[in-house]
Parts: sequence; structure tokens; C-alpha cells
Amino acid sequence: MRTLLLAVLLSLTGLACAQGVVKIGELNSYKVFPAFLEPYRKGMELAVEEINAAGGAAGRRIELVTRDDGGTPGDAVRVAEELIAREKVNLLMGTFASNVGLAVANLAGERKIVFLASEPLTDKIVWQDGNRYTFRLRPSTYMQTAMLIPEAVRLKKKRWAIVYPNYEYGQSATASFKKLLAQAQPGVEFVAEQAPPLGKIDAGAVAQALADARPDAIFSALFAADLQKFVREGNTRGLFKTTPVVNLLAGEPEYLDPLKDETPEGWWVTGYPWSEIQTPEHRKFRDAYEERWHDYPREGSVVGYTAVYAVAQAVKKANGADTEKLVAAFAGLKMQTPFGPIEWRAIDHQSTMGAYVGRLARRDGKGVMVDWYYVDGAKVQPSEQEIRALRKQ
Amino acid sequence: MNGLAGASSLFLVAAGLSLIFGVSRIVNFAHGSLYMLGMYLAVALSGALGFWAALPLAALAVALCGAAMEILVLRRLYGAPELLQLLATFALVLIVRDFALWAWGPEDLLGPRAPGLGGAVEIAGRPFPQYDLFLLLLGPAVFAGLTLLLKRTRWGILVRAATEDRVMAGALGINERWLFTAVFALGALLAGLGGASAIPREPANLGIDLAVVADAFVVVVLGGLGSLPGAFAAALLIGEVKAFCIAFGLSQATLAIEFVIMAAVLVARPWGLLGRPLDPGVAQAKAAPPFSLPARATRVALAAVLVVLLLLPAASGPYPLVLLTDILVFALFAASLHFLMGPGGMASFGHAAYFGIGAYAAVLLVLRAHWPVVAAWLAAPFFGAAAAALFGWFCVRLSGIYLAMLTLAFAQIAWSIAFQWDRVTGGSNGLVGAWPPAWLAGERAYYGFTLAVSAACLALLWRAVYTPFGYALRAARDSALRAAAAGIDVRAQQWLAFVAAGGFAGIAGALYAFSKGSISPELLAVGRSVDGLVMVLLGGVHTLTGAAWGAALFTWLQDTAAREIGYWRAALGAAILALVIARAS
Repeated sequence: MRTLLLAVLLSLTGLACAQGVVKIGELNSYKVFPAFLEPYRKGMELAVEEINAAGGAAGRRIELVTRDDGGTPGDAVRVAEELIAREKVNLLMGTFASNVGLAVANLAGERKIVFLASEPLTDKIVWQDGNRYTFRLRPSTYMQTAMLIPEAVRLKKKRWAIVYPNYEYGQSATASFKKLLAQAQPGVEFVAEQAPPLGKIDAGAVAQALADARPDAIFSALFAADLQKFVREGNTRGLFKTTPVVNLLAGEPEYLDPLKDETPEGWWVTGYPWSEIQTPEHRKFRDAYEERWHDYPREGSVVGYTAVYAVAQAVKKANGADTEKLVAAFAGLKMQTPFGPIEWRAIDHQSTMGAYVGRLARRDGKGVMVDWYYVDGAKVQPSEQEIRALRKQ
Repeated sequence: MNGLAGASSLFLVAAGLSLIFGVSRIVNFAHGSLYMLGMYLAVALSGALGFWAALPLAALAVALCGAAMEILVLRRLYGAPELLQLLATFALVLIVRDFALWAWGPEDLLGPRAPGLGGAVEIAGRPFPQYDLFLLLLGPAVFAGLTLLLKRTRWGILVRAATEDRVMAGALGINERWLFTAVFALGALLAGLGGASAIPREPANLGIDLAVVADAFVVVVLGGLGSLPGAFAAALLIGEVKAFCIAFGLSQATLAIEFVIMAAVLVARPWGLLGRPLDPGVAQAKAAPPFSLPARATRVALAAVLVVLLLLPAASGPYPLVLLTDILVFALFAASLHFLMGPGGMASFGHAAYFGIGAYAAVLLVLRAHWPVVAAWLAAPFFGAAAAALFGWFCVRLSGIYLAMLTLAFAQIAWSIAFQWDRVTGGSNGLVGAWPPAWLAGERAYYGFTLAVSAACLALLWRAVYTPFGYALRAARDSALRAAAAGIDVRAQQWLAFVAAGGFAGIAGALYAFSKGSISPELLAVGRSVDGLVMVLLGGVHTLTGAAWGAALFTWLQDTAAREIGYWRAALGAAILALVIARAS
């Protein structure tokens, strides 16, 4: 009789566990950067459906509460407070722009709640301004710049011109590029630098100024509308005929697809050749995504999908959603993603998710990546001493 | 050369804006939205019809949209105060943007190259795009056409008559209604043409509306309101200075260079390059009724609200307190702007500057100079006031829309400094990690602190309206001449109003910064200034406490609508329009 009672009790508590929910409080600038964040949202929803259909994480259902963060740090902090206080979420996730990501990361440190920064690229979120509760998924500005350095060196060009959008991402990409290239290729010269305001490039004048400096090669950190304008003006003026270009992010479908038949051939870029990656883990993801949404995946889709899976894996490892246990679980967590295996580094809370490096080409009036290869994020990191010096907390 | 093509399309937009303002005295915030519509329509049409057919069709379609806007919305508002009209056009901006998102999706759409003009020609040894040559000719051609239209046709004479004196023109039997509609349609046509002709150079995107209207405002004000040659000269000046900055490797300077130029020109020439002083009889609506002292019932009601707010923490969960903290901060911010706009009669488009400077000063004192939070917070109003004293000294020498644009210029310059001065201000990322000390941390304690400070400051601001200073200020607003004759130093009163408003905005900024733990340049950005304007206008300029209620409504709406409604911008816009039209009629 006693054992029977015990068994009933056990099964009851087991049931209670199974009915448990892990609430992810997701906030992002959906209205400000819709081109990137709509695919991201679809990726997240697909992951939630898959995980819950397979019985959840550690017996708990994943529940996603998404909010628009208004695109400004002040509003984002209020939205995050709402998620914490009213929705009682177990952890925070999301953000796109670096300033918003940093503000929410800082709040997470203050309120002692895990924050998985999925999209922001700024190096500071895991280094100078990193904290115990903040983890970042995407390869940072530094990592993506470092991925392109070997190709830049292989071009064997002496005089480089640089163009970047004038805000933190562009500035730190440029600083890293100059530092790393000068180390790898002593004697390199930087002959011109153009920093147009984000989204407001006067592409004709910028292309002309770059041409006037007569560089052997160009490094660009432009993306989105700025990239489109720069490509068109540069094509018209024949800037890229003889000058090779290395461009961060330009191979991501979000930024590559709008270039269509004007895609400049031969540029070295970081990106995501979604149609060509045939690894089993990627095919599985792509098939599921296309089946669910009748659309092909973008970079944002992979980020959203992987971020939700990361939470599920951490919950599984921690066997629950207690904050301190989650922090411990994330450190050194190894998991599978559509891009291959990654690890969440204990030293700076950066995941080793990488990116694809390749050249742009045109095929049937569309831009594609060719000669591409995957660069593991673990291989493009500064030394541990450097990171410890940057990361004080 | 590169500057000229850009200047040419800038002129198209500015010309339309200038024309509309000249006749209807409406400052049309939605002009950039018409430009954006022109872009999207041209991209959509050029797929089926080809670029050269899409160009005029898109412009015509935008003209029809413009006419519809005028008939449905603006026509009801000609008798309303200037600022209410401004608010209505701002609501249109919100609605059009969500419409474009709904109709064409979120992605940037680059148009096709212009068939026949896709290549480049060699000029002075450099390749120059043929299409830029076309644009370069389009601007002057439109300028010449407009000049002919206004100088040589009967319709042009009517437009000029209405620009000079619309009451007189009406009295002489001119059908104002249709004239206004036609002018608005023509202005919209020019905006649509500007947008449509830009698609080979610039992708249609959802952020272009405010970017373009800001540039166009600068051009129109710089050139002198209502002056086409002035707009033309200003567009050329800005286009060329930007191109030179880029050519000489000073591309960072293009962040705010047009505002630096505008500030310099307005300080030297208060009516712009080729503008004339507005006839004060036309420029100013009839004087507002004087503020009356709040009735006893009002004071009791206010006290009751205060008591409820004081007791709330006992009964409420944490999140309403977080939201109320924001509301209180913005109530103070809006009230400080209202002090300038209501009793002072000076509209400011750049009030966020003082809010942001207060916030930055306080956070920098904490993070860099290691001051205690409360000491830094006490210092914040002095920085806000100092900035206001500096900017205001120049601003009070101007009036009306020129004054407003100069405040905007100063705010944009302050913003660009915060954005660019990486080592001190943290650049675009801003600064993080400024939290209140333990005894103030937590939403309950900080709410209490904010409530105490905001209530005290609001009481001071409202009381100030009934001090000798407040009376003198209102006298200066209602009749500068009579006030001066009565021995009031008008400029000194207005300058003091700036300083006071800046100081209180600085307090609000510091309160905000410590409630969020971080700051970034968006605190000083034009969006925040516009938010402030909307709050004041929602509440009513000519009421004492309206600004605070406007702030509460706006902040609450933004918080709730963003959570519950997909297209919350359009919802907010529609709500504002309904309010404005209800108030006007």
C-alpha cells in the first residue's frame, strides 16, 4: 500500500514536471529591422514547435513570449522589465542593434536573469561590457572580420581603402581589420577611409572618393540599403572592374538577394549559402523550414532557430530553468546547429557558431556564394589573455 | 558634380514643401511620406510598365494621394492652431509608413536602372553616370517650369496672391478650397516625382520618409520659407558641401553638416538665405486665451491623483510601477517643453537635447568622475540649463518656424557629438552600468523617488506660470511690441524660459538614465523631440496640466499598443488624427 502511494505520488510529481513551462521572454526590433527579423521569428517558431512536439526540454514545454522593443535602448529596457515582472519569464532573449543589446545585457546583469543575445554583433557585449548572465550566439564583428583576413592577405594587395557605416559596428570592424591585416601582412597601407552615416550613404561621391585614392583593394563593412547603393554606383563607375573587394556580411541572403543581377562578382564576403550546404544537419533544418513556411531560410532564420534550441539544451543540462543553474549549464554547453557543432565558451559566453566565407557570383540573375567554406567560430578568437584583460567581470 | 545630382532631387521635394507652406501655412511632416510613396509606386509600376512610364504615373498617383489627404484631413484643420496641423501631418506619417509596410513588405526595393541611361560618360577623365546627368537637368527644368507657372499663368497669380495674403485673396472671390487642394496636389506631385526619380539611385525603404522630410525642412528653412529660388540655392549649397566633405576624406562630418550650415545661416540671417520676414498678422494665429488659475475643484482633483500615486506601490505589482516611472519622467519632460511652447509661445523641435544632455552629464559624472548617483543627479539640471542657455541665446532672436528649426539644428549637432565622440560618450553604443545605489534600487524605491521629484518639479513649473516672470513671458508671447513698450525685456524673458525648460528637461533626463541603467544617443535624437511635441500637443498647448496627461496617454498607448497591435504605428496615427479632428471641429 505504501509503495503504491509512493508510486502515485511520484507519477503525480512527474506529471507536474511535464506540465512545467519554460518561458522565454524574447524582445526584438521587429518594426525597425523587419527584413532580418521576420525570418528570425519564423526560425524561432519552428524550433519551438519541434521541441514541444518532441516532448519539450527536460520535460518542460517551451513557451515563447515575443515583444517589439521599439528599437531604442530605453524602450527595450522597459519591455524587458515587463517581461521579467509581468510575464515572469525564465530568461530573456533577442535584440538586434548593438546599443539595445548592450542596454538589455546590462539590465540582465542588474536583475540577475539570463540573457541570450541572439543578434547583436558588438564585441563589447561579451568583452568590455560582458557580464555573468549574458550569452551571445552570432559570430561577433571581430570574429567575422578575422574570418576574412586570410583571403585579404592572399590577395597580396598593398594599398587598401576602407568604407564602413559610421557607427560602432563599422568602426570596430575597421579597427579590427586594420590591426589584423597589418599583423598578417606587414607593410600594408590604408590610403582612404570613408564613413558615411548608416543608411544615408551618398554612394556616388563615396565611390568616386575611393576611386580617387587609387587603392589596390577595398574593405567594406556596408550592408542593406547602403550596400545596394554602393554596388550600383561602383558598377556604373567601373570601380570594381580592377579593384577586388572584401565585404563583411554581404553574402547573407538578407543583403545579397536584393542585389539580384547587379551582384558584383568575385567579392570575398561572409554569409550563408543556404541552397548549397548539404550537411545532414543543415538539410534537416532547411527541409523543415521550407515545409513549415514555404520559403527558404535566411541567416536570421538560422539564428532564431538555433537560439531557441540553445535555450532548450541549457534547460536540459540544468534540468530546470533556475537562473544560476542555467548560467552554469551554458558555460561549456556543446550542441548541434544547422551550421554544425558549437560550444558556448565559458571564458566569455560567446558561442563558437561560425559563418561561411566565399566569393560572390551571379547565377540566373541572382547573387550566390561560390568557393565557400565554413569557418568555425572557435578558430577566429583572440588569445585567452587578451579576452581576460578585456573582460573585467 | 556628384553633389549636383543629389541637390537636384532634394530641390524637387523641398520645392513642393515650400509651395504648400507658402499657400496653406501648413508645415507638412508627411511630405517625406509622399516621397516614399512615390518611390514604392515607381518600383512597383516599373516592373510591369518599364521605368520611363512608371516615373510620371507614380508622380501622378502621389498627387492624387496628396489631394485626398488635403480633402479628407487638412481641409478640416485650416482654422486650427498651427501646431495641431503639424500633429495631424505627423499622424499621416505613421499611417503611411505602416501602409507601405503592409503593401510592399519590409525589404528594401531597389528600382531598375533607367533604360537608355544605365551607363556612364567620361567627364574630366572620370566616369559619371548618365542618369545623374538627367537628374542634374531635371531639377533646374522643374525650377524653370514652376517659375513660369507661378509668374505667367492665371493660376500662378492666384497662388501668389494666396501666398501674400490668403484672407484678402478669399475676399476677392478666389475659391480658396480648390486652390489649396490644387497646390497640395502639385506639391505632392513634386514629392512623388522626386521619389520616383530617385529609385535608380536609392532603394525604396521604410525609413526614407523622415530622413527626406528632415532634409527638405532644412533646405526650405535655409532658403527662406516660401522662396523657390532660396530652396534651389539651399539645395545646391548642402549638396555641394556634403560632396566636398566626402571628397576630402571628412565623411564623418556628413552626419550633421546640414544642421551646422543651417544653424550658421539662421544665426546670421534669421529669415534664411532668400526669405522675407513673415507678416506677423499672417504668421500668428490669434492670441490664445490667457491661462486662468486652476479652479479649486481642479486643485483637489490633482491632489487626489497625487495621493493615489503615493498609495499605489502598496497595491500594485512591479510592472505598473516601471511604466509609471516612465510616465512620470516623460510628464516632466513634456511639461518643461510645454512651458516653452505654451506660456513662452516658442515651439521647440529639439527639446530632447536638454533631456539627453542632462542624462549624459549625470551618467558621465557617475561612471567617469565616480560621483555618487544623487550628487550627479543634482548636477544634471545645471548641464541641461547651461545647454539651453547657450542654444536659447541664439534661438530667441528668431521666431516661429525659424526658431523651431534652429532648436532642431542645435539638437542635431548635440546628437552628432554624442554619436561621434566615442571616447567620452561611448559613441553609438552609449554608456551602460549607471544604476542607482541600493537604497534607491528596485522599482518601488525608484518609483517613489521619481514621483517625489516629478511632482515637485511639475508644481514648480505650473506655479511659475503665475509668477511675475510667467506673466511677463505670456505678455511677450501675446504681443511682443506692447510687452516691450511696457518695459519688459522680451528676449531676456524668453531666454530665461529656455534656461528653465532646459533645466527641468535635464532633471527628467537624469531620472530616465538611472531608471534604465544605460544611455545612448537616441535620447537626444529627433525622434524623442517629436515624441515630446506629440505629448504636448495631445494634451493641449493652451492648458496648464495638459502636457502631463498627454505624456501619460502617449507612453501608455505606446507600451500597450506595441504589445497588443501589430500595426501599432498606424493605430497611434489614426488615434491622433481622430483626436485632432475632434478638437478642431
